[in-house]
Amino acid sequence: MNEPVLTERHSVTELNQEKVESPFRETMRALLHHRSAMIGGGIILFLILIAFIAPLLLPFGYNQIDADARLQPPSAEHWFGTDDFGRDIFARVVYGARISLWVGFFAITGSIVIGSVLGLIAGYYGGWRDTLISRSFDILLAFPAILLAIAIVAMLGPSLENAMYAIAIINIPTFGRLMRSRVLAVKQEDFVLAAQAIGMKDTRILFHHILPNSWTPIMVQGTLGFATAVLEAAALGFIGMGAQPPDPEWGKMLSDSRGFFQSAPWTMIFPGLAIMLTVLGFNLLGDGLRDVLDPRMKQ
Amino acid sequence: MKFRKSAFLIIGLLFVLSTVLAGCGGNSAGGQGKTLIYGRGADSPKLDPALVTDGESFRVTGNIMETLVQYEKDSMNVTEGLATEWKNSEDGKKWTFKLRDDVKFHDGTKFNAEAVVFNFQRWMNREHLGSKKDDFIYYGSMFGGYKGDKGHVIESVKAVDEYTVEFTLKKPQGPFLQNLAMSPFAIASPKAVKKDPSKFAEHPVGTGPFKFKSWKKNDSITLEKNNDYWKKGLPKLDRVIFKSIPDNSARLTALQSGDIDVMDGLNPDDAKRVEKNKQLQLYKRPPNNVGYLAFNMEKKPFHKKKVRQAINHAVNKKGLIKSFYANLAEPAKNPMPPSLWGYNDKVEEYEYDLDKAKKLLKEAGYEDGFEVEFYAMPEPRPYMPDGRKIAEYIQADLKKIGIKTKIVSPEWQSYLEDTQEGKHEMALLGWTGDNGDPDNFLYVLLDKDNTKIPAQNISFYKSDKLHDILIEAQKETDQSKRTEYYQKAQEIIHEDAPWVPLVYATPPLAGQSYVKGYVPHPKGTESLAEVDIQK
Amino acid sequence: MLIPVLIGMSVITFFIVHAIPGSPAKALLGERASPEALHQLEEKMGLNDPLYIQYFNYIKNLLQGDLGTSIQTGQPVSEEIIPYLAATFELALFAMVIAVFFGVNLGIFSAWRQNSSVDYLSMVIALIGVSMPVFWLGLMEQWIFAQELAWFPSSGRLDSRLFFEPVTHFYFLDALIQGDFVVLQDALKHMVLPAVALGTIPMAIIARMTRSSMLEVLRSDYIRTARAKGVGELLIIYKHALKNALIPIVTVFGLQMGLLLGGAILTETIFSWPGVGRYLYDAIHARDYAVVQSGILVVATIFVLINLIVDLLYAWIDPRIQYGKE
Repeated sequence: MNEPVLTERHSVTELNQEKVESPFRETMRALLHHRSAMIGGGIILFLILIAFIAPLLLPFGYNQIDADARLQPPSAEHWFGTDDFGRDIFARVVYGARISLWVGFFAITGSIVIGSVLGLIAGYYGGWRDTLISRSFDILLAFPAILLAIAIVAMLGPSLENAMYAIAIINIPTFGRLMRSRVLAVKQEDFVLAAQAIGMKDTRILFHHILPNSWTPIMVQGTLGFATAVLEAAALGFIGMGAQPPDPEWGKMLSDSRGFFQSAPWTMIFPGLAIMLTVLGFNLLGDGLRDVLDPRMKQ
Repeated sequence: MKFRKSAFLIIGLLFVLSTVLAGCGGNSAGGQGKTLIYGRGADSPKLDPALVTDGESFRVTGNIMETLVQYEKDSMNVTEGLATEWKNSEDGKKWTFKLRDDVKFHDGTKFNAEAVVFNFQRWMNREHLGSKKDDFIYYGSMFGGYKGDKGHVIESVKAVDEYTVEFTLKKPQGPFLQNLAMSPFAIASPKAVKKDPSKFAEHPVGTGPFKFKSWKKNDSITLEKNNDYWKKGLPKLDRVIFKSIPDNSARLTALQSGDIDVMDGLNPDDAKRVEKNKQLQLYKRPPNNVGYLAFNMEKKPFHKKKVRQAINHAVNKKGLIKSFYANLAEPAKNPMPPSLWGYNDKVEEYEYDLDKAKKLLKEAGYEDGFEVEFYAMPEPRPYMPDGRKIAEYIQADLKKIGIKTKIVSPEWQSYLEDTQEGKHEMALLGWTGDNGDPDNFLYVLLDKDNTKIPAQNISFYKSDKLHDILIEAQKETDQSKRTEYYQKAQEIIHEDAPWVPLVYATPPLAGQSYVKGYVPHPKGTESLAEVDIQK
Repeated sequence: MLIPVLIGMSVITFFIVHAIPGSPAKALLGERASPEALHQLEEKMGLNDPLYIQYFNYIKNLLQGDLGTSIQTGQPVSEEIIPYLAATFELALFAMVIAVFFGVNLGIFSAWRQNSSVDYLSMVIALIGVSMPVFWLGLMEQWIFAQELAWFPSSGRLDSRLFFEPVTHFYFLDALIQGDFVVLQDALKHMVLPAVALGTIPMAIIARMTRSSMLEVLRSDYIRTARAKGVGELLIIYKHALKNALIPIVTVFGLQMGLLLGGAILTETIFSWPGVGRYLYDAIHARDYAVVQSGILVVATIFVLINLIVDLLYAWIDPRIQYGKE
């Protein structure tokens, strides 16, 4: 869950790394030759595929209640067994993939956008803006993340959307600091100094020169952050501060299973496996991206 | 680089130590005699019953302190406690109690009329509070406020002689005696309260079968046998430990592995497993609660009686009880449980019949159905183990008669606030009785007096007819007359259908088979004086 | 650095906590919140004052060292929080011990046998470890080791039958001081499952970091020389190479230790561990303002202090790093 923080530290030490525009194709080729990236990418593609196609093929709906088939063990009919409502766990896990990917995607996109903008401003302008923004990041980072998320959700009211906002908020400083450190590095590059010298507008410099030259670590961090976000969403769901019934959110399914996992362990095993697989996929891809995009990190 | 060595040395040592220790026995720290460990879902906030409203505090204080009159062992009927006899004057305003003369507080001081007067004075004057923020909440709500308040019922309390106490009321109060039996009105040692009010709730002193020993916050509270207990031969146990294990299934695991002896809050789904297990026994707590679905009658279309009745016909209570209570509940038809006197068994339940429901909807002009927001509580309550799941179940049936529901489940505090402010259209809620009096259900939950925001009557049901009857019944002290009033009241409520009364839950508990004499009480907590362990 | 952060945090927690719908009075009264009772109680709790006055009072008391009084229990937060903090600290420390011990060894072993099947296996374990949802791992442990095999107790810190007066509230330490080996053994047994659950992620991270830094070191000249001299390989690794791998390990240790403190909520929930995460979580639910405000502040202060110590440790381990470079 905490890997991202480390990557950040490392990126910080690589401030002066030469930045060369690596064409998209080249990156892709490198990725395709990278084993863990391939496996991770494969897992993610598989999940996306399943999330969007499989529901069409499933014989059961995720909320199809069958009081006569409660807590059935896995069988040919119900691959992952049924829960206490007699609902097909396989169907729920598959639909759950949609929820997790959705939450992860929007939460992390939100963190990246807000964090990057704040980081750009802080790094580029410096001065009081930098102080204000950096201190805010320090404050946010000083909170135990999950507690802050819980407090935010309690304030907004428990729902999947609000859990997503909370996750987005607690991850902003990670991206903000990362972006700030990139900006500080790039700012001193000749092409930026040149742009400033010819009187180019700040916004243009920021968005046309500095941003494109800072996206690499953000990409890597974003992929790893996706994994974190999925975990955090599941954690919030687990303590009842996330998805609400009947949404088949994995964390929620896990907490529901607590009532009877002793007699029906399949209610617990499969949603947990699904979370793990998703997180694993993004971690692998993130590692791969880091190796490919950030050659210094390669062993 | 010395750091490395020392760090690893320490780590290595710890591991060696732990493996060595795993294999060594030693001077056991276990206590002597019979110890019962009672597993429960949460710690007690405070151990001064007068200051709290929660069952987990009463569960402990009920064993340390006692009330003037008590409920019978397995019902809400009143019997003698620290007082042996009592009488009520003709006009119903004067109550006289004869006290036991052989009782001592745990600190050695004598229990007598002065002590009783002291306690009531303390509550009504709000003196000797633990902290500025404390309050005697139950006293205020059961006796109409505090001294000086307009609604305060008790005019005076005085000691007539060493063992006689006299209460003078401003007006007759129907449920007065029932109120006195409630856990918050247990008598504390005046000496201990006066000594340090701020520490009393940490170290209560009473007359009960067990004495307070120690408290590890959020973990366990230990009580010890009171050797001078006035009931001869009791208590049978030497020690009781109340252990907090928040999660129901974790608590069951602890019971199965012998870490605890009795557990509260068994998941209904696990009841069968407990029954099958020869080493365990299953208990059912008699119901003193009602779980209901309330319509907000101030919102369309629930202003129409037929719509409310239609939904009454569309809820499959039996199915619900089978699925979520593991049959450990009774279908409800009145707003109060059958364990209370005054229950009207003649009321005829709205049977589960979707065709009838559809017909009624049609008559009301809602043939095509409608959409509503349906509040379902996010936390397990004694009357409803899983509100959201129950809502989902009802949702499926309502869909069949064309009513689309959106389940909303804000966090518990917000949930209460929203429903009390009437933000809901339909909501699940319930009530656990306080004093075993029908007034405590019917008036509190359905009288028009209680529709003021924050309302306890979350149906916002305003019936003058009902109101008149309930007020009459409050003034009456003759129980047979009051019974008549309350039976009539239940008929009116049934016809107007402000709720779908869902269930009277009989919460299951489990214990080791060697635990003898444990009888769960409908009020939710019980004295463990007669409990024994026979291995 | 510390002061403005703390002030900022106090503002944020104060206003978030007060923005949560509901009030402690309502939490206390629950279904029985009649209008009069509610009003009276809120008045008593001082909740009817304007928010800025409440905040001002809170800060005023804080400056005098008063963390406030819990609304639920009526006890001072500064006293009440100590056993919870100790419980979490103890758990986090044990989790860290497990993480460091297994993580470092796994990492070294992989590096030593780079690209062997052992290496792959270790790294797969580490990867899975990093991706493991703590709460799922906890449940699985409970199911397998407490329920099915009955090797370890499933919840709590200690068997309640054992009489034991905690002094420091670190049960491990208390038992050692008092020389009570029965309690010590029981406390350790209770610690195993939650500590393993909590320690898995840091273990995996440490394993990966150790491996990569070890690989770098192993390629360096002086190790080659040592090898050439024919010193036993594994011995070289432990003796020489490890010290260079210490920096990342300390980093992880510091970061994780802080995160574990606050992030132990899930583990504490599953294993009924009476720790500070659970304490704060319950307080949020009960709207126990004083506990939430002050509790979070205390935890955050500790978190910040740990990071400070980590920074100092860097400087100590590797004098080339100057504190405050960032």
